Amino acid sequence: MFFKKSPWIIHYDATSCNGCDIEVIASLTPMYDLERFGIINTGNPKHADIFVVTGSVNESSHQVVKNIYDQMPNPKVVVAVGICATSGGIFRECYNVLGGVDTVIPVDVYVPGCAARPESIIDGIIKALDILERRLVEFRKAKTEARRQEKKLRRYHLND
Amino acid sequence: MTPIDYFIHLDNIYLKAVIYVVLAPILGGLLAGVDRKISARMQGRIGPPILQPFYDVFKLFSKEKIIVNKFQNFNVILFFVFMVFTGSLFFLGGDLLLVIFALTLAGVFFALAGFSVNSPYCHIGAERELIQMMSYDPMIILVAVGMYQVTGTFRVDAIAMYDGPLILYLPGVFLGYLHVLTIKLRKSPFDLAMSAHAHQELVSGLKTEFSGTTLALIEIGHWYENVLLLGIIYLFFAFNSFLGVAAMLVLYFFEIIIDNTYARFKWELTFKSTWLVTALFGAANIIILYYAMQP
Repeated sequence: MFFKKSPWIIHYDATSCNGCDIEVIASLTPMYDLERFGIINTGNPKHADIFVVTGSVNESSHQVVKNIYDQMPNPKVVVAVGICATSGGIFRECYNVLGGVDTVIPVDVYVPGCAARPESIIDGIIKALDILERRLVEFRKAKTEARRQEKKLRRYHLND
Repeated sequence: MTPIDYFIHLDNIYLKAVIYVVLAPILGGLLAGVDRKISARMQGRIGPPILQPFYDVFKLFSKEKIIVNKFQNFNVILFFVFMVFTGSLFFLGGDLLLVIFALTLAGVFFALAGFSVNSPYCHIGAERELIQMMSYDPMIILVAVGMYQVTGTFRVDAIAMYDGPLILYLPGVFLGYLHVLTIKLRKSPFDLAMSAHAHQELVSGLKTEFSGTTLALIEIGHWYENVLLLGIIYLFFAFNSFLGVAAMLVLYFFEIIIDNTYARFKWELTFKSTWLVTALFGAANIIILYYAMQP
């Protein structure tokens, strides 16, 4: 229940034109003030809960996107901001473009727009919060299940 | 009799310890929340709710814990334990010198935690943490020396019950301590080792590689530390508990103003300015006091 009140985001620019990045930063300014929802822009995947990706992912950035996603501790959600991140946009046909973040990592919320407006980015992140809560329940279930399995293995001496 | 006077005169040491261990993180967390709210208002924003630091910490407790190696967790737990121990020594009325050494030990464990992982950001943060410790430690020891010169004792409870106004004897030491307090509270001109605000050359500095429960322990450890540092401010005004509380709040507000108006210093400037202030205000105050107190 506290995930809803303190989601920390990490923002990565996967070869975007910087339009959406400026709008992401704009939603942290006094005008929109994302921090009033407890949202902090941490530049650090190990502290983050929400991964905000902009830009059509290409050959040189897809490994970085995957890396950041893997470094984030569970539970986590991914928000694709801008039309390039959702589908590749006008760059979709380019030879080096993979076309959207969901070709590399699973995406939970798509925020379209070129560039996406701060209002819709905030809406997308607020929508991601519900998914984050659901992820927490799944994560807890998986953790107890893993612990149960491990206990079982230990009881029958199967793990050595 | 104010609650603070009641606490100081409490004889039951176990009750005192329980009150401190329970109340300090609550006060420290509220202080951090008020800090964020006031900072936001100074920047023309609405700001997060006052209880936001508690939400953050509770969230961190339910996150997955990623541990790179076992020394990382070990050192952070030692940092937390020694921070609580330091505060307990202080608020139970122990020896001020022992408090300072235990505080340094906690800081060393924190820096070791930074060195125990491979991330270059953690390493830079840990190196800067050691430089900061080198900068502020002389001044903090001078605080203890000055208080001893005036009251004739290192015991915190005796200093807190001293009738004379310590601030009038030790104005220079107090100014020096204020300078050092900015480093210890990790406020802006001196937030070299780690910073709450990201997107800088450091990422998150020392705490870059820590996640989940470990990060929550670091946060709570800092709340304990902040309460201890404000407690030292109180000692300067201990002759009147209302004045003491007012001084703590006003000076914390002053630190927030400094946090919002200064850019980050380089480590050379931090080191030089702190030692200069230590020599100019702290040492000079103690030398003058030495000759003034002679019969």
